[in-house]
Formats: sequence, structure tokens, C-alpha cells
Amino acid sequence: MFEPPTIAEFLAQSNLVSTLPGTLLVAWTLLLVLVDLFAGDEREHWTPLMACLGLGLSFVANLFVYAPAAEQQTALYGMFIADAFTGFLNIVILVATLLALLMSWDYLKRAGIHRGEYYILTLLSSAGAMFMVAANDLIVVFVALELLSIPLYILAAFRSIKNDGSEQALKSEESGMKYFILGAFSSAFLVFGAALVYGATGTTNIPQILEVASAVVGAASSATFYLIVGAALLIVGLGFKVAVVPFHMWTPDVYEGAPTPVTALMSVTAKIGGFAALLRVLVTALSALVLADGEAAAWQTTISIIAVLTLVLGNFVAISQRNLKRMLAYSSIAHAGYIMVALAAAGTAGSADSATQGALVYILAYMFTNLGAFAVVMTIERVDGGGGNIDDITGLARSRPLLAMAMTIFMLSLTGIPLTAGFVGKFMVFASAVQAGLVGLAVIGVLTSVVSAFYYMRVVVNMYLRDSSGELAPALETVYVRWAINIALAGTLIFGIFYPLASNLVSMVSIA
Amino acid sequence: MDVTGLSLTTITLFLPMLGLAILLFMNGETQRENLKWVAFATSLVTFVASVLMWINFDPATADLQMVQRNTWAEVSLGDSVINISYFVGVDGISMLLVLLTTFIMPIAILGSFGSHIFEERGREKLYYIFLMLLEWAMIGVFVVHDLIIFYVFWEVTLVPMYFLIGIWGSEERIYAAVKFFLYTMAGSILMLIAILYVGNTASTFSTYSAGGDLGVIEMVQTYEGAGTYWDAAEPDAEGDNGFLFSSVESFLFLGFLVAFAIKVPIFPFHSWLPDAHVQAPTAGSVILAGVLLKMGTYGIVRFNLNLFPEATVAWAPTIAFLGVVGIIYGAWVSYAQNNVKKLVAYSSVSHLGFVVLGIFALNAQGLQGATLQMVNHGISTGGLFLIVGMLYERWHTKEMADYGGIWKVMPVFGGISLVISLSSMGLPGLNGFIGEFTILLGSLGSDFLGFAFTLFGTLGVILAAVYLLKMFQHVFMGELKKPLKDEDGYKLRWNEIAAYIPILVMIFWMGIQPIVFFNMLDISVDRIAALFVR
Repeated sequence: MFEPPTIAEFLAQSNLVSTLPGTLLVAWTLLLVLVDLFAGDEREHWTPLMACLGLGLSFVANLFVYAPAAEQQTALYGMFIADAFTGFLNIVILVATLLALLMSWDYLKRAGIHRGEYYILTLLSSAGAMFMVAANDLIVVFVALELLSIPLYILAAFRSIKNDGSEQALKSEESGMKYFILGAFSSAFLVFGAALVYGATGTTNIPQILEVASAVVGAASSATFYLIVGAALLIVGLGFKVAVVPFHMWTPDVYEGAPTPVTALMSVTAKIGGFAALLRVLVTALSALVLADGEAAAWQTTISIIAVLTLVLGNFVAISQRNLKRMLAYSSIAHAGYIMVALAAAGTAGSADSATQGALVYILAYMFTNLGAFAVVMTIERVDGGGGNIDDITGLARSRPLLAMAMTIFMLSLTGIPLTAGFVGKFMVFASAVQAGLVGLAVIGVLTSVVSAFYYMRVVVNMYLRDSSGELAPALETVYVRWAINIALAGTLIFGIFYPLASNLVSMVSIA
Repeated sequence: MDVTGLSLTTITLFLPMLGLAILLFMNGETQRENLKWVAFATSLVTFVASVLMWINFDPATADLQMVQRNTWAEVSLGDSVINISYFVGVDGISMLLVLLTTFIMPIAILGSFGSHIFEERGREKLYYIFLMLLEWAMIGVFVVHDLIIFYVFWEVTLVPMYFLIGIWGSEERIYAAVKFFLYTMAGSILMLIAILYVGNTASTFSTYSAGGDLGVIEMVQTYEGAGTYWDAAEPDAEGDNGFLFSSVESFLFLGFLVAFAIKVPIFPFHSWLPDAHVQAPTAGSVILAGVLLKMGTYGIVRFNLNLFPEATVAWAPTIAFLGVVGIIYGAWVSYAQNNVKKLVAYSSVSHLGFVVLGIFALNAQGLQGATLQMVNHGISTGGLFLIVGMLYERWHTKEMADYGGIWKVMPVFGGISLVISLSSMGLPGLNGFIGEFTILLGSLGSDFLGFAFTLFGTLGVILAAVYLLKMFQHVFMGELKKPLKDEDGYKLRWNEIAAYIPILVMIFWMGIQPIVFFNMLDISVDRIAALFVR
């Protein structure tokens, strides 16, 4: 007979405090709905400000929850987990959201779609990402993924709320619709995968799956088959979210059509959420899926193949892109490939921790660099959506030297040139791949990054080495975008030059 | 163990960064006149610092000197924690190349004073900032002894050079800059994997110990407690011979070698060089030929030979053969050029072929000659590029057919050019001779190379005379084809004279008293050569 717990028991068991960074953000967002409703004409100032404040509160809560807690603790009856992994990624998500909000203000004003809902949806989506990195149960993975994705579907189509029949509005609508349909499709895979894993192990709790899975695999029971199929479906479902080949088809269209700050946001937070779930599911729960003694986990080969496909396709197709947003979309596919390399490395017994840390540093570097690059693209874009082609930045070094310098550093960082954060990320990822014995994968990784140098350098060539023939779009950046670029630039350089900073931040991370 | 005191090496290394910081805070428009002075003063101070290093340098020991080592980061890989350290110091080879770098730099800067490129392209501030960044990175390559930090400096040199060629170069500059960047990056990126593999196997990225745990190089050379490298066990059934890198040694060797071979460049990896040289501004060419190419040969000596002795022995004839092909091919193609700058560029391929031949002779003489030849080539080819640059400033053409009779109007300049050309072709009494002669002596006495290597190498010396004299004849002899409109153009500017004086001094000094430089190298080179005595 079910007995409801007492309040004291409930509080002790639920350990709500450790979920505070995420729950606080959701609560604040709900408050924000009311503020936006009642603030009247002042709302266009108050809502963004309050949204940033909410991020700050969550950030502080995150520091309080995770700084003293080197050891991991669970919350809500084991559904949530609070460890160094969660704490680190929470910070990355919060900084990414802040940068995206700083970019948004200008963009929304320019496009004439400045609504309070935008900020509310952004915060909700980020809260979803934060729950996702704290998920300790397949059900939470699913729920958090939906919380992350549904606001992003709306945000992708946000341009179309001003239904002026412009090409921009149509593209944005198409973008939201495509993202929604494929997102829903991929969620189905995820749920089916989770169901099969549940069928094989009788639990959805990630640490328990690990225990049962070892027994299942050890006994060579027929349930192993369901476990393998379940793992495959989970990889497919989450693969859609992080946009790895062959589940990447939606990315370029969605990225190009969505409002630029939204593209920037989803190219980072959605990927973080997806990769966090992949890491937890594969490295923690399914590391037991070792079919022969002494071998790596069974999913390592699959992930390696996906990584190679992603690296090759992402980088080679990016070469032919003329539109900067599309180029960055393909480049973001390629970068997911590098993180996949780290994920594959985590499949080798004993390498899980260093590979996870490598993936986290890569995510951090990618977040700063990619958001910075999108912010620069946004400042040179025109309201009608033009001006974002590679030819439009010709001669930028003369007309706007600081902007061009920032873009150059972002491009060098995406290429992985030393003294930028991108190099530190690549270094950590490749080091863990070599350590895990995946030298061939690391070689493909570095060779494709030479390919990537080609299209990143083309941006630099156009900015510095060619002189502009036509008129440049008027300077559109305001103080907020400039701040976004500055923060991204500082992050890229600081984490690139002071290498130990990043490695110390992740040194406590262990999810195996 | 950490040796944390601030060493002279660190000071020399970071002086260019100080200059860069000052330049950053200057206004490129209002203080335009002062920019070059800041850059020049910085490079001069850096040179003085490196001379102080030389005075402090003790040639009687093969150990690193003026060492500083701080643990920089700890990387946990699997079960082990690997340190990355800021680890600088010099032995004889590094010392000589640092001196070369700091010597070439002020000359290159003097050579750009008042250049037409600033009238055309502007952005003088950026130009000097990139030069400072380049000097920092180049010194870094020669003094660091941690593989990861080495790689960082190595890659960073790409960026300023890319911009120097791309922004201030001639017509085809974009093609040349992109080719330079992609080609050299493609080569060096595989080295990163090799470095990671080495670091992961040895659990350290430091190459020497400096009083602490063994560095990789020492680990390789005293492996398994056996006395020397070659005393180690014979290979067992699986081909595992107890050496640190055993079965993968050849792959690692090639991983490093391809990076260095492209930089040198060793035939057939040379195709980026003529483009980069021809399109680069004068200072870019001088630095490229003077220092940047030496990073490749230095890397081979420092890493390939020390880390992979067995693979080195196995590959020595092949690579020495490529070196000889480079000598002949470079000279041959150089002779066929009508473009003066291209001629000098291909002569670099030929001259660096000698260096490669000397290195893979794998004995003390060959290595000594090779190291000295790196410096010689830096000075004389740097000088040649200065000459070409000066001609271009005045006549705005690189075609040999447009020149002729320059000696008549610029006798002093003609004399200087003759000396530099003669030094480049290896006339006895000048610096080029010493290097090439020692290399050929080394290759003759090599246990690993046959007589034919020396024979064809010597042929290269003759061919050098052919193409350089052809150039000299076409440019300086005969009738003046294109008189300048402004007679003042025939006068040498003060900064040009100031750039040539140190070059001439070094050409004669190294030619007449090479013992000073050999002494510096002796013991450091012997230590490497000792590896290959069985």
C-alpha cells in the first residue's frame, strides 16, 4: 500500500536544493510572463533586463550548489543528478544564453518583432537544456529534451509573427516547421529507444541501467539484443538533436531561416543538451555494453563511423557555401563531429573520464567562438536578410577593423590554431582519442580541420586581403551586440592562452 | 622539477611581445612615423638580449642552459597525468638559431623603412605588429623543449606570415598566402597527432629533463637501462625491440618529418615556396628565407634524429637522396628563371638541400656543417632578397630582362651584391663555403650514405655559381636598360646601408673565423652524432 511521505521525508529525499539552478530559472521565467503582461509600455526594457537577471540568479545558484559539492548527489528520488559535469555545462548554457540575449535586443528591434515572449521562450529552452545535463533518468532526458526543443521550434519561426509576406518571414516559418517536424520525428526514436532499454533492463534510471546491463550482457541473455537496438535508437534520436551525419539534413535550412540570434542559441544549447544526454546514456549507462572481454563498448564503432561521416561531410560541404549562416551551419555539423570523436574515445575502458573532459572543453570553446561568429554575422546582415554572403564582408578590415579582427580570431579558433580556445578543445579531444587507441580517427579529425581551414580562411581573405568594391551596410551593432562580441572574444582568447584554466575547470568531471 | 627563476631565455623570448604591446596602444595614423622606430628598437633590444645570452653561454656543456621550467598545465589522460610545461633553454644549436633570428629581424625591419607597400596598402601598424608576433613565435620554436608548446609556437608562425604575404604582397598575393597557409598547416597538423602519441607513450611532453624526471629524448636514448640506444635488445618475434616507440617509430618519424619537410622545403614538397617568396613583401621574403625555413631543418635535427634514431637510420638514404635531388633540381630550375625573385627562391631549395644532406650524413661534421649552413643561408639569401627588394623599390619589376647595367649607376650597391652573391655560391673565404664544405666532408665520411651523394652534392656547388652569376650578369653588367627618371634613386638610402653592413660583417667573419661558431656547436652536435655511432 502506497504511503505518502511526510514533508520532511519528501524534502530530504527530493533534495530540491541541488536542482535550484534549473528550477529557479523556470520559476523566474513564469514570473517574467506576469511582468511582461503587466509592465505596460515599459515592458520592452523590463523584460530583457529581467531575463538577464534571471540568468544571473541561476548562475549564482549554480555556484552555490556546485562549488562546494565535489561529490555527486542526486535529487528528486534519483531522477536528477548534480555533479561537476552538470555544474560545468550549466555555466556554459547560461553564458551562451546571455550572449544570445545580448544579440537579440538589436535584432528584434531591427526586424520589428520585439516581443516579450521571445525572452520567455529563450529562458525556458535554456532551462530545458539545464535539466537535460542534469538528467539521471531516461524519462527526464525525454521531458527535458522537449522543454529544450519546443520553445526553439517557436523561436525558429519567430520572424513570421510579423506576417508581412517577406522572404524572411517565409523562410523563418519554414525553418520552424521543418525543425518541429524533424524534432518530433527524432523524439519518437528517442522514446522507442528508451522503451527498448527499459524492456531489457526493467528500469529507466541511468545508474541502475548500468548495473542491470552488466548482468544482462554478462549472462549473454537475449535481452542484450534489445539493449543494442535501444542504444542504436537512442543514438539516432539524440543524433538528430546534435545534428550529426546522417541525421543533419534539417540543419542548414533551419539555421539559415531562423532569426540569427536564435540560430546562434540553438547551435549551442541544443547541441549541449544532446551531447550531455548522449554522454550520460552511453558513457554512464551503456558502458556495460561490452560484448567481448577487453574490448571497447559496442557503440564505439558506430559513434566512430558517425564521427567520420560528420567530419568529412560537414567540412567538405561547408566549402561550397556562399551564405555565412549556411557556412556556419555546416561548420557546426563538423564541430559536432569533433565532439563525437571524444564520445567515441570514451568507449574505451579507462579513457571515459579524459574523453568526457575533452568533450566539455571542446563545447566550452565552441560556445564562445561560434556565438561570437554569429554575432559578427548578425551585425553585417541587413534587415531584409541580405548582406550575409561571403562577398558582403569584403574589405571589412578597412571599414570596421575591430569587427574584422574579432571575426578573424573566431575563424582561427574554429580552425583550431593555437592561442585560441578552439585549439585547446581540439587538443583535448585528439589527445583523448590517441590515448583511447583511436589514432585513425584522430588523423581523420586533423585532416578535416585542414579542409575547414580553407573555408574559414576564405572569410579572412575577404575581410583583409581584398578591397571592397561596393557599399557596405551601415554599422548596425549597438552596445549590446558589441558586448556579446567582446565577451565571446575574451572567452576565446583567455581559454586559448591560459590553457590550464579550461583543464582545471573540468578536472573534477567524472561520469563513468 | 621546476626551475622557476626568470631566465635570460624568457626575457629574450618575450621582448618582441613587449614591442607588440606598445605598438597596440599606439595610434596608427597620428603616430605613423614612430611605429617603425618602436619595432626597430624592439628588435634591436631583442638582439642585444640574445647577444647577452651568447656571452653567458658555456660551450663546454651539451646540457640546456639558461633554463626556465614551470609546470603549465596538467592533462589527465586515462590513468596518467601528463604535465605540459613552459620549458625554455638553449643548447648550441638553439643558441645559434636564436642569434640568427634576432639578427635577421632588425635587418628585415630596416629593409621595410619607407617602402612603397605602405603607400599602396597602408596599415603600417598592423604590419609591424605581425612582424613582432612572428619574431616571438620564431624564437619560441627554437627555445622551447616541451612538445605541445613547441607545436603552439610552430603553428602561430603561420598566422603573421599569412597576413604579411596576403596584405602587403604583390599581385598574386591571395593565392600565395592561402597556399602557404593550407600547405604548411596540412603538413604540421599530422605532427600534432604524432606529438600526442609520443606524449601519451612517454607520459611527458618535455623533451629534456633539466634536473627533473626524464624527458622523452633521454627516455629514448637510455631506454630499459641499457647503456646506449643501440645496446637495447634485439627485436623479438613480434618486432618489439624494447625501444620506446618500437613498431610505430617509422610512422611517428614520418609524422614529424612531413611537417618539417614542407617547411624546409625538401623536394618534392617545395611548390609553395616560390609562390610565397615571389609574392611576399621584402621583409617577408627575408624572414621566410632567413629564419622560417630553418625551423624545418631545426625540427629535423632536434626531434626526428633525437626521438627516432632507428627510423632515422632507416630513412636516412631516402631523405638524403631527396636532399640531393633538391640541390640539383633547385639549381636547375633556378637557372631557368627570368624572374629575379623566383631565381633566388629556387636557390633556397637548392641550398636547403645541402642542409638536409648534411643532417642525414648523421655524423658530427655533417650536422655541424648543416647547422652552420642554416645560418649562412639565412644571412646570404636574406641579403639576396634585400637586394631584389631594393631593385623592385626603384624599378618596379622583377623581370631580369628589364635590368642591366646597374653597376654603372650604383657601384657601391653592385659591390655589395657581388659579395653577397659570391657568399651564396660558396666562395672560399666567405661564409657559404664553410658550411657547404663541411657538409660535403660529412657526407663523404658518412656511414649511411654512399659516395654518389657527395658527388652530386658537389655538382650543386658548381650549378650555384652558374645561376647566381647569370643573375649577376643580367642585372648588374652590360648597358643600363632603364634609367630612372629621378637620379636620386641611384643613391643608397641610409637604412639600406645600415641593413647591409651587418650582413657583410657576418659574411666575412663567418668565412674567416668559423671556429667561433663551430665551438658553440661542437658539444651539442657531438651528442646527437654519438647516437649514430654503433
